Amino acid sequence: MSREVAPPLTMKEIIKSFLEDWVVIPAKILVRNKKALAGFIITLGYIIMAVVGPHIVPYPKNYTCPIYLPPTLFKWPPSLAHPLGCDYFGADIWSEIVWGAPSILQIAFTAGFITTIVGITVGMVAGFLGGKVDAGLMTATDIVMVIPGLPLLIVLSTVIRSTNPFVIGAILSVTAWAGLARSIRSQVLSLRNREFIEAAKALGLPTRHIVFREIMPNIMSYIAINFIFATTGAIYSSVGLYFLGMLPFSTVNWGIMLNWAYTQGALSSLSTIHYILAPIIAIVGFQTGLILFSYAIDEMFNPRLRTEV
Amino acid sequence: MRWFIKRAISAFLTVYVAVTITFFVVRSMPGNPIQALAMALVQQLYMPYDTALRIAEAATPFVPKGPIWEQYFRYMYNFFRGNLGYSISYSTGVPVTQLLASAIPWTVLVVATSLVISFGLGILIGMLMAYKHGSKFDSVLAVTFSIIRSIPAYVIALIFLIIFAFQLNLFPTGGAYSVPPSFSLRFIADVLWHAALPIITWVFINFGGWALSMRGSTISVLGEDYIAYAQARGLPSRRIIITYVGKNAILPIFTQFMLSLGFMFGGSIFIEYIFSYPGVGYMLYQAIVKRDWFLMLGAFDVIVIAVAIGTFLADMLYGFLDPRVRRGGEVGR
Repeated sequence: MSREVAPPLTMKEIIKSFLEDWVVIPAKILVRNKKALAGFIITLGYIIMAVVGPHIVPYPKNYTCPIYLPPTLFKWPPSLAHPLGCDYFGADIWSEIVWGAPSILQIAFTAGFITTIVGITVGMVAGFLGGKVDAGLMTATDIVMVIPGLPLLIVLSTVIRSTNPFVIGAILSVTAWAGLARSIRSQVLSLRNREFIEAAKALGLPTRHIVFREIMPNIMSYIAINFIFATTGAIYSSVGLYFLGMLPFSTVNWGIMLNWAYTQGALSSLSTIHYILAPIIAIVGFQTGLILFSYAIDEMFNPRLRTEV
Repeated sequence: MRWFIKRAISAFLTVYVAVTITFFVVRSMPGNPIQALAMALVQQLYMPYDTALRIAEAATPFVPKGPIWEQYFRYMYNFFRGNLGYSISYSTGVPVTQLLASAIPWTVLVVATSLVISFGLGILIGMLMAYKHGSKFDSVLAVTFSIIRSIPAYVIALIFLIIFAFQLNLFPTGGAYSVPPSFSLRFIADVLWHAALPIITWVFINFGGWALSMRGSTISVLGEDYIAYAQARGLPSRRIIITYVGKNAILPIFTQFMLSLGFMFGGSIFIEYIFSYPGVGYMLYQAIVKRDWFLMLGAFDVIVIAVAIGTFLADMLYGFLDPRVRRGGEVGR
């Protein structure tokens, strides 16, 4: 971990090393790891759909296409008129999927972000400071873990009636951070007594340096993977809450589509099944993309694996 | 023993605080049972709102009155005496404990059965994967399982409902039984037939996760010196697999097993809703819709206590099963 004092870098060198760290090496890792590459492409596809989609695809309006029209993409000759068919209300399913993407992605990434930040902070503070602070924080963590997460989310979301995706994301992280905090704490505990941390302490380096320069790099890949898990977990619960009809909503999304399809009885017949399959495939596809992408994360953030590229 | 008492007190405190938090969160929900019933009367019978409100008030004598603090102390006092109040949505005053007692067995049946099946299946597949570590078989299964684990339970439940209940007509689409309850073979078979689809769904969601945990645990045990030594001693491989590898690899996973028993109770809301299965999760869902406070709190209490007991037992069992912890007396956490 010792580094000689380097001459100040020029702007060009800084940009070059930044590109090297954040673009070239990750790209090389992705090209080598086919699973992760597939996951990356899928995830990117969803993000593009959420960002660009609503500007291209028209807003789904009721009574604009024949009720329960089968997908035109899979009949002969295929057409793009209503690629995924139409729903019970005569709205185009493809545009519902596209218009439903932004809110779900916003909720998922917000919740993933907050969950990870809170989990890291609590776990780090508890593991690093120890003593009374540790005992107090772990008691709080135990209590949060015991309260049933999903039902509490339902109740909380009726208390804080908001259709804002970022607020919903924040609500979802209320119950999700505890598990991560516990495991970050045990990682910190196992690192705290290692030689290089002892050495840094003996050198009188500030706590800030020890936390961000010595401990963080060692658990970074773990944190990144848990960010992805927190994100998939948030998709699980947010879509689930919409499916149960427990969250207020302003625009259509995949969970509401599931709810409508389920309550309209679209499951019972093959002629209406495309209505429920469309949101199902959208959800499963996104989760699959994220999980496949997580296979590259260990290589990207683990300095020992990185040097092999 | 000192550790045991300490652990028991902390479990008790956890339950107490969790119940308190849920009490205040639930009571801060907008809308109350009287309004919910009045609105239903207005919508269904086209009554004027004032009349509907008066009828609703008369029909729900069990809605608590008075300041919230007083209600809280009364609730906690009754809670520790095993009285969870009366369900608000039944004007006849059905005790919450009675409603819960009718729902818990169904959830326990489904959750326990599927947990045992998926754990057993996962252990076997996980060990097999660990022995074939690095092969095509192992890597394909590992990716498949980690994807399946991320698919929401309700999605799997909906797909299974479509395939096995609606298309193939193999299983019923909902309910817990269709013949009158009795201690007959016919009734038991009918109950199992109704429970099959929820159980299959749970098993499908969970067994991959168990397999992945078991795989990781087995691989780390296989690297231990005592395995190499046992092989060098020429012990039969069967004995090595079961006594040396199996036992040591299952141990760290077994704590997860106890924990997930409690968590599945909380997660049962989706599966029981989709299969209209009359367990705790479905009851909780209906209680939330009707703003039936006491029933809601009761269902929360059941889940909180289930998770707390699961955690407590997991800690106890770990201390009991791991000889290092057992001899040391002190559990290093």
